[in-house]
Amino acid sequence: MSLSTPLGAGLGRLGDGALAMVEELGSFARLALATARAALRRRPPLRETLRQMEAIGVRSTTIVALTALFTGMVMSLQTAFALSRFGAKPYVGGVVGLALVRELAPVLAALMMAGRVGAGITAELGSMVVTEQVDAIRAMGADPVQKLVLPRVVAATLCLPLLTVLANVLGVLGGMLIADFQYQITPHFYMETVTYNVVLQDFLSGLAKTFAFGWIIAMVGCHRGLATTGGTTGVGLATTRAVVTASITILIADFFLTKMLLAL
Amino acid sequence: MSAAAPDLAVELCGVHKAFHGKPVLRGVDLAIARGETFTILGGSGSGKSVCLKHVIGLLRPDRGRIAVLGTDVGRLRETEWVAIRRRCGMVFQGAALFDSLSVHENVAYPLRQHQDLPEPRVRARVAECLEAVGLPGVEAMLPAELSGGMRKRVGVARAIALEPELVLYDEPTTGLDPANARRIAELIAELNRRLHVTSVVVTHDLDLCFAVSDRLGLLKGGRIAACGSVDEMRASEHPDVRAFFEGVQDVDDGGEPNGEDLAHGT
Repeated sequence: MSLSTPLGAGLGRLGDGALAMVEELGSFARLALATARAALRRRPPLRETLRQMEAIGVRSTTIVALTALFTGMVMSLQTAFALSRFGAKPYVGGVVGLALVRELAPVLAALMMAGRVGAGITAELGSMVVTEQVDAIRAMGADPVQKLVLPRVVAATLCLPLLTVLANVLGVLGGMLIADFQYQITPHFYMETVTYNVVLQDFLSGLAKTFAFGWIIAMVGCHRGLATTGGTTGVGLATTRAVVTASITILIADFFLTKMLLAL
Repeated sequence: MSAAAPDLAVELCGVHKAFHGKPVLRGVDLAIARGETFTILGGSGSGKSVCLKHVIGLLRPDRGRIAVLGTDVGRLRETEWVAIRRRCGMVFQGAALFDSLSVHENVAYPLRQHQDLPEPRVRARVAECLEAVGLPGVEAMLPAELSGGMRKRVGVARAIALEPELVLYDEPTTGLDPANARRIAELIAELNRRLHVTSVVVTHDLDLCFAVSDRLGLLKGGRIAACGSVDEMRASEHPDVRAFFEGVQDVDDGGEPNGEDLAHGT
């Protein structure tokens, strides 16, 4: 088919898009592999990793805490409203607890972190690329993957699960507040329904996913940052793309990981 | 693969490089002897920086042979480059200091990377390097607190921290006022005298070129158009050399992309 026809041109563009995507996936896989190799070769630089844990983990506490608190509150409102139709309103704690611990807290914490941290990582590494700092690392005989990528990936992979634990607690507490004030369910009864319905396995299945989400956020952020071209405009573009890519990837990964964990 | 000549610090033979199908280097031949200061002159976009980045392996040639400090580097993997880069220092155009680290940490970076020195020795070496570039006592400052000229000088201090055999300067005076530019030129000349290193300077600044060079080459159209000692080049009747020295050369159409776009050329 000739490329001059509209259909041909359309197919051509589709082909270009597919090729670009395959290329992108290839370079992501190469970076992921190089990071894994760097982790096996030498332990991550301690001071930089701690600095990243502070930047990635500690500084995300407020945003994750607020998200979890209000999600717990709104979940409690909605659930109690829905359960009252079946006369099961007192059991709001169990439903809110399960939804939060298994799904909402891990995914929302990850999405909030992707927005805050993913963007930050890309902007920082992107700026380092355009000001030749990454070249300088290589020129001094050091490995940018070891120095820049590994500390961020380790920090995000370890910090997101911790933030999720915090989100679980605050989410359940938020739900309890609303149950108490709005629906007159005593905190004692609320917590009883939570602890009766939410078992350790629920908690662990939610938590397990967050290691993968943390890894995705940092890897996507680093990959986009290191691939930045085109000066400061390029940094802005890369940052937006990093957040979009990480968020979508988290949602897709969540589905498959949940399916896998349910099959266990 | 032919053996690299031992008396040459840098050797480029027929080096070609294109970006997105656009050729920038079209067969660069260059031989730089150990101990000499060689300047690659050229207009904006002539491929000077691209040339320099090939010498330290930040870019790989599409075609051609490159030997650095007696090693043929054509097929070296990134990990194998470390041994060569350890013996080289590079001063980047914008200094490329690490923003998040203090001046001390910046200069100590290559020391920590390659030497297992006790902290007092690191401190002493950093102080020595900063002294050499005329900036004693700025260890605690952050790069953002330094002026453009100071940043460049810290960049030089970092490049000489490991006592390299070969120092590469990418446009060392670009963006500086005349007084600071002269200071950098004096610094390069003095370091060459004192440290007896091989230096490769990439610039379009003729004052700098004449102040520091033993020999120089003019890069035009992706090739070295003319090459010789400073006196030979001054006396040269080569039309490209005359045009460049008299400032009538048009900006080269070589289409050299910005340095930042080349970061991932390998």
